[in-house]
Order: sequence, then structure tokens, then C-alpha cells
Amino acid sequence: MLCQNCGKNVATTFIKKTINGQTAQIHLCSKCASKQGYDSMFGGIGFDLGDFWGSLFAEPASRLTADAVRCEGCGHSFREIAESGKAGCPTCYTTFYDRLLPSIHRIHGKAGHTGKIPQGAGDSLRKEKEIDRMRAELSECIKLQQYEKCAQLRDRIRELEKQDEQP
Amino acid sequence: MMKNKIAKWYQQSGSDGDVVISTRVRLARNLSDVPFPAGLGGERKNEVPKKVRAALKDSSKADDFDFLEMSNMEARDALSMVERHLISPEFSRCNEGSALVLKKDESVSIMINEEDHLRIQVMRPGLDLDDAYKIADEIDTELDKRLGFAFDERLGYLTQCPTNLGTGMRASIMLHLPALHERGAIQQMANTVSKLGLTIRGLYGEGSKPEGAIYQLSNQVTLGISEQAAIENLKGIAAQIIREERTGREQLRKNPRFEDMIWRSLGLLQTARLLSHDEFMTLISNLRVGVALGIVKGVGLDTISGLICDVQPATIMAANRRDMEPSERDVERAKMVRSRLSGTSPQ
Repeated sequence: MLCQNCGKNVATTFIKKTINGQTAQIHLCSKCASKQGYDSMFGGIGFDLGDFWGSLFAEPASRLTADAVRCEGCGHSFREIAESGKAGCPTCYTTFYDRLLPSIHRIHGKAGHTGKIPQGAGDSLRKEKEIDRMRAELSECIKLQQYEKCAQLRDRIRELEKQDEQP
Repeated sequence: MMKNKIAKWYQQSGSDGDVVISTRVRLARNLSDVPFPAGLGGERKNEVPKKVRAALKDSSKADDFDFLEMSNMEARDALSMVERHLISPEFSRCNEGSALVLKKDESVSIMINEEDHLRIQVMRPGLDLDDAYKIADEIDTELDKRLGFAFDERLGYLTQCPTNLGTGMRASIMLHLPALHERGAIQQMANTVSKLGLTIRGLYGEGSKPEGAIYQLSNQVTLGISEQAAIENLKGIAAQIIREERTGREQLRKNPRFEDMIWRSLGLLQTARLLSHDEFMTLISNLRVGVALGIVKGVGLDTISGLICDVQPATIMAANRRDMEPSERDVERAKMVRSRLSGTSPQ
């Protein structure tokens, strides 16, 4: 098959893009693929993510320009991330989580992380879940006026939270 | 480094070596409290290699690794590393603040301050996804204890580019597919694998012409799929491709022209005084399939794998410690090829 861009050379790079649910397959020769930035050897996925992300953000331009929220970690605004297709620092994902999520879903599908959990994060994750559970129990105990149990739960929650502050 | 006597991983052949040249697993990791490398400059950028170096020093594996500053590296040495798939083309252009941790047998490389703070990469000969991942996973776990990588319970490992979120893992298999290439089946295969969250492309990403019918098969989706599931997925597809390729080779073998082409290629490789890179790749691909099918004896797939790496343009220059004109490299390439294939005699 010939390159869909220049129509001259044999297509050697095949790229599948899914944008807004529409899937398109593109066949390019090595020259055109390289010109369009599909040339990273290791990772990345070949296409220009700047354009890709940019086109994914359905938010009106006015809202993007008037954007005053900046990431605490690196000072990036949401607009800067949308334009470059790249996050500035890990904290960007927390700061702009809700606004980034639709695009992340379009890239990977609607799923959360199911792979490896680092030891440290695993501990705090477990601890977090335990604290949540005890808080729910505590509010039940308050309703039922079981004050002795309330005090016990409160102490344990405090203890766990203290551990979090001093890792 | 070229003088190093330790056998390099690519001078070996491995499981399913007739079709699979090598396996690579790469993990993208970042420090949680530092902006991604693109937005880093000066002191803050230098902080990253310092931290990694300190973390490695504590590790039991420290003695196996060299720590190389990219700013001290000659361009041809960096390009040679790209040719040997140790670093990415982008990384070869990085200098100030970028560093490379390289295992002495070159089977493990950690790019520091590439697109992400760390890119941990493990290479194995043949088809060996489980071991490659296991080694990468152990290095990751050990470094994480000291560095604390950026992680979010919903998004997994946090990476500069959202396409790597989740596991941050890219696993790829380098395949020699002369029969499928000949049959024009690669494109259809590419269509099929893309529906399964995988991708197939030429040997080198940059302007990726499928040199010597060598292709890379890798996973694309990293979020919502575990490392093990992605690897199983890749293994399943690879098994089918390997089977197809073997069937295709048996069919080709029935044609006397096929065997003739293999012997002619060996003849040219053994006698040529000038070998351009393109010509070499075409001929070595023919020879490789001949060796894999047992038609040509007296030369191993390991010798061929080593040769393919060693006669790449920048690798020739790196070994000679000077820049060379293409014509000069063609002479050197032909010389190296003749010498390494001298033990193989036509029957």
C-alpha cells in the first residue's frame, strides 16, 4: 500500500487513532511518518499528542484563556497542558484530575489502574481505606450513642493519621 | 565500553530465536516532588541523576552498573547506543542533566531525564517477556523504596505523557519476519494487532523502514490493564505471528529460488569489499532465515545478532573512536562481515 500522505512511497508505518469514538487507520511512508512526528523508537506512541489532546478538549476557548487555576507543583495551567499534550509534573494529575479524565478515557478507555502498586503507596492506600471505614463506623456509633466505642475508634483514627504525617 | 570483554546480551540468541531476535520491557517512572524533565533546568534537573545515583549506590546491584553523564558522551557513542536500542533517539540528543545507568552486559539501561525522570529498560535475547519484566520489576521495586515514585491509585504511575499512565510499561518484541514481509502480510497483521491494543512497526522508530524485515511488536494501552495481562496479550499474539512466519518459511523453501537467494547472499557477504548499510541489512536478513532453517550451517543466530548490532553506522564509528565517511564505513563493514562469517563454507 502507498503512503496516504504523499502517495509515492510504500507505507511502512501504520497508525490507529481513536478520536471522539471515531477510529481511523493511517498508513504512512517512513519520510512522512517521521515528518509528522511518528518516530519515537521507544515509547511514546507515535502521533502528535499536542494536536491530539488539544482536539480532545471540548471546553470553550474562553474558559481556557480565563483559566486562573495553576498547578501547585509546577505552575502549569490547564491550558498549557492541553496545548502541549503533556503534564508539567505529577501533581498536575491531581490538580486537574476531573478535566483531564475525559481525555485519559479516550486514550486508554474507561478504566482505572489495575497494575502494580508500589509498596509505599500500597500501605498508605490500605491505611486510607481503613481510616475511611473507621470514620463510617464512628458516625454510626455516635448515632447509637455508644460513647465508649466512639472514643476507641477516635483514638485509633488519630493514631493512623499520625503515622501518615510521619512516614 | 566497546573494549569491554563482558559478553553483551545481544551477542546471544534465545527462545524462539529463529523468529524473535529480542525482547524489551521499559517502565516509565517519575519522582513525585519534581516537575517532569521538560520543565526542569539547571540545578533542579541535576538533582534527579544525583538522587538516582545515590539510590543505586545503596542497592546490592551497584557494582554491575556504570553511570554515564550524557553531556560527556561523544555524539557517535550516543548514536551507537540508539542503534543498539539502549537509549531512545530523543535521549541521544539530551545532554545537560541527563544521565544513563548501564549494566555492564548492556542488558539493563536506565535513562535519567528523558521524557520521564526514569525509563528503566531491560533487554533479553529471544522471546523472554517474563524474565525481562521480572528484572525490570525488581529494579523498580528497589529504586522505589529509596525514591518513592509518583503514583495515583486511580491513574497508576504518573508520567509526563498521558499515554503511559497506569503501568508505564511498554513491552516489545523484535521479530524477524522475512516470509510475512515477502507475502505482504504485515499490513493486515498491523490492522489486526491494533484492534487488540498492540502495535507493529519497523526496526528503528525513526523513519522506520522495515530494514532486513525486522519489526517491533509492542503493547499500546497501559491503563486499566495489569502488567501480566499486557504481557500475556503480547505473548498470545507473538505466538500466532511466529507460527505464521514459520509456515511461510516452509512454503518459501519449496521454491528453489529461495535457497538460491540465501546462498547468493552468503556469497556476497563473504566476499564483498564494500557493503552499504542497506545492502548489508537485506543480505543478512536472507542469511538469517537460511541459518534459522538449518540451510546454512557453521554460523549461529548469535553471531548474526551480534553482527547486526556491530556494523550499524555509528557503532562502527564508536568502535573506531572517530567519525567516518559512509564510504569508509562501507569498507570497514565489509571487512568485519567477512571476518565474522569466515567459518561458514558453502555446501
